Amino acid sequence: MRKVQNNKAWWLVLPVFLLVAFSAIIPMMTVVNYSLQDIFDQSNRYFVGTDWFRQVLQDPRLHDSLLRQFIYSGCVLLIEIPLGIAIALTMPTKGRWSSLCLIVMTIPLLIPFNVVGTIWQIFGRADIGLMGYALNKVGISYNYAANASDAWVTVLVIDVWHWTSLVALLCYSGLRAIPDVYYQAARIDRASGWAVFRHIQLPKMKSVLLIAVMLRFMDSFMIYTEPFVLTGGGPGNSTTFLSQTLTTMALGQFDLGPAAAFSLVYFLIILLVSWVFYTAMTHGEKN
Amino acid sequence: MAEIRLQNLAHSYSSAPSGPDDYAIREMSHIWEQGGAYALLGPSGCGKSTLLNIISGLLSPSEGQVMFDSKVVNDLTPEKRNIAQVFQFPVVYDTMTVYDNLAFPLRNQGMDEKRIQAKVQEIAEVLDLQAVLKNKAKNLSADEKQKVSMGRGLVRDDVSAILFDEPLTVIDPHLKWKLRRKLKQIHEQFNITMVYVTHDQLEASTFADKIAVMYGGQIVQFGTPRELFEKPSHTFVGYFIGSPGMNLIEVTPQDGGVGFGDIHLPLSKGLQRKLAGTEWSSLKVGIRPEFIHVWDGPYDDAMCADVTYVEDLGTYKILTLNLAGQSLKVRLQEDKPVPQGQAWISFPGQWLMLYADEYLLQADSDSEVPHA
Repeated sequence: MRKVQNNKAWWLVLPVFLLVAFSAIIPMMTVVNYSLQDIFDQSNRYFVGTDWFRQVLQDPRLHDSLLRQFIYSGCVLLIEIPLGIAIALTMPTKGRWSSLCLIVMTIPLLIPFNVVGTIWQIFGRADIGLMGYALNKVGISYNYAANASDAWVTVLVIDVWHWTSLVALLCYSGLRAIPDVYYQAARIDRASGWAVFRHIQLPKMKSVLLIAVMLRFMDSFMIYTEPFVLTGGGPGNSTTFLSQTLTTMALGQFDLGPAAAFSLVYFLIILLVSWVFYTAMTHGEKN
Repeated sequence: MAEIRLQNLAHSYSSAPSGPDDYAIREMSHIWEQGGAYALLGPSGCGKSTLLNIISGLLSPSEGQVMFDSKVVNDLTPEKRNIAQVFQFPVVYDTMTVYDNLAFPLRNQGMDEKRIQAKVQEIAEVLDLQAVLKNKAKNLSADEKQKVSMGRGLVRDDVSAILFDEPLTVIDPHLKWKLRRKLKQIHEQFNITMVYVTHDQLEASTFADKIAVMYGGQIVQFGTPRELFEKPSHTFVGYFIGSPGMNLIEVTPQDGGVGFGDIHLPLSKGLQRKLAGTEWSSLKVGIRPEFIHVWDGPYDDAMCADVTYVEDLGTYKILTLNLAGQSLKVRLQEDKPVPQGQAWISFPGQWLMLYADEYLLQADSDSEVPHA
């Protein structure tokens, strides 16, 4: 039989190619397009090469918000991951209480970002907010609208309040998947509570923790709504994170070229850091 | 090392048991002597694992006492009981190497590293694990993992007892045999009480000196493999041990013995007296397929049965016979001629067991042996 020589099979790839093109490649190329040109209108466009990138990378605003962003995301991870694990470990495993816990834990996750921002905006106000008023009453001076570190802590607390449940729920599901016999064997081996955590619970939670770390890193690295609702990025620039800097640049000043370059740099940073996390956490899988 | 005594022990998983059916373990008393190699044999769901977990302390019995050397240990945790247990499915600590896995229980009791190293090497040698000592336990094959699990139980030579809960389920048959031998060797070497749970009679009889057969939450017989075979004290033991199991036939009492259909089976005087003095609601006779005598031809005292099926198993044949409406299995040795159509058989009196309500009836003195 003669072997059929044609490339018709390539047509089968077309639907996937179109889907990916419209969902990712074309929008992305638009940004790349803007980042390499200075565009005034359809007929007035100039190729500028890497000028916008150079400009953006030297922009102190970007440096500041990038640093702020890293510190913020670092804090988010350092608080939410251990706290989530701790909550998951202490949650009841069966009965009515466990269902109740699960429901209560899910509630923050269902609230939209700007609502969360508004809740805390009011809750924290020194004049009418329950928390702000109470804190000032007991002698702790607190005013997120005027004090940069107060605003900073508030944005952090908001994120912890909003998203620790997610980490806890993921860890909880990881813990529930550990067969009882592991705990039984550990008791027989007279393992301490710490050893059980270190050698059974933590390794078995590893894959869900990886998801939790990645999700919380990416989300926190893209934070926009909460600080925007709370203080609009202030006081000063203290809670202006990367996405807000970018929005100001793109929509406020209409600097589309630098903003496009900024977007690409932003995207690459997230990609790079996620890759580092992934590699670090899956390293050692192979002997 | 200890003698393990179970006193009026019972366990129910329900908090308010309303009847015997709610009990996973029905009230029992039992002694595992120090240094013995025991098997706990029974079908799935008969309470074997429950009993094992009660001994190790993973489970607290709802009634009765567990004693190690006459010390009640009911309230002691498994950690305090100093007992080793190997589970059905391998449990290894993924993040540790094989060496660290084996050393783990020793480190937890604060042994110094030098002794740990010696012990681990010793056990690794016994279990053929030297080659993988430095490997991460995570990447081992299922049976290597199970060897590591077993090793963690065996490194501790000061334990009160080692309990095995069907430890060879995941192991392939050839290795199974080797590991069973190893366990036996280790038992002889260290003289530790070992209790081995299994549903495999072969496994039980090759490992253990004495076997406890469990059925419906109770130990129905405790004896050597030979005793279980020759004198099952419960119909379940007769049926469960042996391949095929004991022939059990419902009978009614008759003058001088018992009978079914037109068959009369004489009983010894002692047994007749015993039967007369016992209340029962069901009466059965039992005889093992190996013990039914097959005559070469018609014989005066023999019973005539129809041959319905012949199964050739290589070294021996299994005949299925129909005797007065009852189906019987007979194990025929290789050198015996296979009866065609009809077989002349008899039940040697010493192998004919009588069961009242499933329990063996025995004459008070065993001196009288009836003649069939």
